[in-house]
Amino acid sequence: MDFKDYYDIIGVKKDATQAEIKRAYKKLARKYHPDVSKEANAEVRFKELGEAYEALKDPEKRAAYDQLGKNWKAGQDFNPPPDWDAGFEFNGGGFTGGNDADYSDFFESLFGHGFQGGQRQSHDRSQGRQRTYQQRGEDHHAKVSIDLEDAYQGATRSIMLQSPEIDSNGHVINKQRTLNVKIPKGVKQGQRIRLSGQGSPGMGAAPAGDLYLQVEFNPHGLYRVQGHDVYLDVPVTPWEAALGASIKVPTPTGAVDLKIAEGTPNGRKMRLKGKGIPSKTPGDLYIIIQFTLPPAESDEAKQLYKKMQQELPYNPRSKMGV
Amino acid sequence: MTEKILKGILLDEQTELSLNDLSYACCSSAEWIIQLVEEGAIEPVGHKTHGTQKTPWRFSASSLQQAQTAMRLQQDLNINMAGVALVLELLKEIENLQAELEVYKANNKD
Repeated sequence: MDFKDYYDIIGVKKDATQAEIKRAYKKLARKYHPDVSKEANAEVRFKELGEAYEALKDPEKRAAYDQLGKNWKAGQDFNPPPDWDAGFEFNGGGFTGGNDADYSDFFESLFGHGFQGGQRQSHDRSQGRQRTYQQRGEDHHAKVSIDLEDAYQGATRSIMLQSPEIDSNGHVINKQRTLNVKIPKGVKQGQRIRLSGQGSPGMGAAPAGDLYLQVEFNPHGLYRVQGHDVYLDVPVTPWEAALGASIKVPTPTGAVDLKIAEGTPNGRKMRLKGKGIPSKTPGDLYIIIQFTLPPAESDEAKQLYKKMQQELPYNPRSKMGV
Repeated sequence: MTEKILKGILLDEQTELSLNDLSYACCSSAEWIIQLVEEGAIEPVGHKTHGTQKTPWRFSASSLQQAQTAMRLQQDLNINMAGVALVLELLKEIENLQAELEVYKANNKD
């Protein structure tokens, strides 16, 4: 495993005071909190931060880490020397706060994983109630990517999940499992599906946690999606728009014929009601008309443009006062 | 590897959850959810009072998301209820602005 430089992660010098460490940590925790941050790696950073702070906020752990850290650099392959922690005492220090399941192997090789953690799961807010050793399993979160067409028809996706589990010897092992999940028709971008009991197993007689799957649409070459509504840019020729036409346009459920009225302006939005993503109140499909000009590459095309120039008096800048 | 196909609950606008469902999903007490409601951070849907008889609270799936975010914020950043409610509101605002910005960008490309 790699050695982790906890000072570097929090962004303080090795001789920082406890107060400085706390301030720096709080600042970064706000910045990288996964619910707030837009940074791509926020979740990883936030976990790292929590771990670093867990090690440094407790003076005993910090002293032990300092003792050890003198000869190591971040990223170096690391195994704790035997008796490295002789003379330090970590247990019962009252330094809870994080969720020990989230800590790295590096952290656990130093400080173990038996200390009081999992606060988020066991938080019992009513006072004076006796706490038994029962804990609902942790919820898991995962993302699943689907195509827009899947939202119209529904689909089945298999997802690979890695979850740490404790085996019969008390070791933490990463268990891989594959789940086949039905993606219901009518799902929207960012919407979540809850699978009861598919999170971590509970402790004692407590139930397992849940699995939350967040649905993300793969970017589509043609369509843009907003909620249940779908947008499609359709290129038309100037004569189709000027003279009116019946053209074929694609939709996620198959091609349809679309009537272009005579004199349709560029950028006109046409609504195909109910052709968006299906739902109790289905979304609409919006078609945005985009003029395209034929290239003037051939002599014939050039002739036609020239003819227009001569016979079609048109100044699009007439209202600009020039 | 299982061949079983799991079917979950789609947390969409139509999904409604009870106070119990919500506190279970957040690993919180019902009292904590009530505090969230009192702070105005989440709101029960279609809550009606028939004379003195009250129908039990029902919550939308978006309330579930809000409540779970609130729980994480409170625990990870040590924010009190009023602060959590404010953060949730500001996050919503940012989300709306971002969506507007996307539309604006899409309409003004090239």
